[in-house]
Amino acid sequence: MKKLINKPEDVVTEALQGMAAAHPDLLRVNFGPNIIVRADAPVQGKVALVSGGGSGHEPMHGGFVGMGMLDAACPGEVFTSPTPDQMIDATKAVDGGAGVLHIVKNYTGDVMNFEMAAEIARGEGIEVEAIVIDDDVAVQDSLYTAGRRGVGATVLAEKICGAAAEEKQSLQQVAELCRKVNANGRSMGMALTSCIVPAAGTPTFELGDDEIEIGIGIHGEPGRQRRKLASASEIVESLATPIVEDLPYEQGDEVLAFVNGMGGTPAIELYIVYNELHKLLEERGIKIARNLIGSYITSLEMAGTSITLLKLDDELTRLWDAPVRTPGLRWGA
Amino acid sequence: MTVPYAQVVGWIEEFASTVAENKEYLTQLDSAIGDADHGINMDRGMKAVLAKLEGLEGDEVGGLLKTVGMTLVSSVGGAGGPLYGTLFLQMGTATAGKSELEPEDWAAALDGAVDGVQMRGKAEVGDKTMIDALVPARDAFHSALADRASFVDALNRSAGAAEEGMQSTIPLVARKGRASYLGERSAGHQDPGATSSYLLLKTAAETWSGAG
Repeated sequence: MKKLINKPEDVVTEALQGMAAAHPDLLRVNFGPNIIVRADAPVQGKVALVSGGGSGHEPMHGGFVGMGMLDAACPGEVFTSPTPDQMIDATKAVDGGAGVLHIVKNYTGDVMNFEMAAEIARGEGIEVEAIVIDDDVAVQDSLYTAGRRGVGATVLAEKICGAAAEEKQSLQQVAELCRKVNANGRSMGMALTSCIVPAAGTPTFELGDDEIEIGIGIHGEPGRQRRKLASASEIVESLATPIVEDLPYEQGDEVLAFVNGMGGTPAIELYIVYNELHKLLEERGIKIARNLIGSYITSLEMAGTSITLLKLDDELTRLWDAPVRTPGLRWGA
Repeated sequence: MTVPYAQVVGWIEEFASTVAENKEYLTQLDSAIGDADHGINMDRGMKAVLAKLEGLEGDEVGGLLKTVGMTLVSSVGGAGGPLYGTLFLQMGTATAGKSELEPEDWAAALDGAVDGVQMRGKAEVGDKTMIDALVPARDAFHSALADRASFVDALNRSAGAAEEGMQSTIPLVARKGRASYLGERSAGHQDPGATSSYLLLKTAAETWSGAG
């Protein structure tokens, strides 16, 4: 294993110390339990947004703390859900009297820990709503699985709901909006290489030099199929087709197209992916009205990409365009 | 025979060192069908429990087990934190006020553990989870008591049933947790949660085998 770290057990703490040192104007970091909180929290009268999950997906979630996005993030150990005490501390730290929305990715651990935290916070008199994001079409949604995983749509939900909260929309309105983003967003990813969890020290899965995994999860969970390396055009086809057909996205739809890097893929390749996606959607009469290209929801050093589509309407477009100022996303402010 | 408070502490300490010895094994099982962190997380949690035990006074088993549960909830994360946390919290509720455990107290603790884990994780037998080891272990303990077996024999039969339950997860297709994303590909691998649950009950049987 080759990594730019000091000791595996210090990875999360030292990265958080780095964030605190880099962005004192945007956020502060509390240690034990670890939470990242917007610098001016709590914002009185504003719904507060709290998210969290295992570390290793940076900039998500800590890099999205700031004006127009999250009020707090709870970073767990690498690829491990954070604990209820983190979520409770974060909820209390950002509650400005208008309630708190928990944005939870659909993983068994995340859901159970956020459930315990919401039960306890509600018991202490804080109004809490929780929305679970499950946009990954690689997983068949059935009674026989834990359901679809939460991936790229999480980033879009945090941005759009953050903008609505800045407009002083109510907790019910922001929660409804979060459901809407989840209902209109679909994603799928693929890996060229595995990731290595620092504490484990070895690749999470084995992939031959000429093999790729289609439908990979952001923790290296296997996807739909393992196959031989193909061209970018063929790979985009095998990601975008199931996405488009799942919702489905239809001729005349306007979408936000999010081409995400898994952590080890250069921007030059992401633009090749975007180019292929643009052609494919154009052929189907689907218009890309907004786009986001870059590594925003990563899986450590995994090479690969994920594609997320979000069907837009005037409300979603307006909230997407609204100002945001966080370490990871910043425009208009 | 009964299990005094000090032996319950001994069981927790023994489980912590068993988890430490099996840290890589549990993580290896988890990397096959999960996210390669079960051993690492449980070891971190049980080390936090050991640190907590040092400062703990008193002789009430219920309070001890609740402290173990709360410490796991706040230090493990993942799915293991809420599940093992709830397991120990419910065992603590079932043994509140006891300074030693009669066989009936341990039966109640196992009932609480199974109910708590099922409430939190919503898994049934056959879903390839901790429940596949815990339910047979609970049932075997109850039937051993009904057969008038000694406490030690009942613990051994319970641990044996947990081991069989753990092995029964190998051919199963996972229906809960991260392993369920694999579908058919999860078959052929032993469930890491069922494995740690077996280790928990095995260490109870071993630690208390000489209890008087």
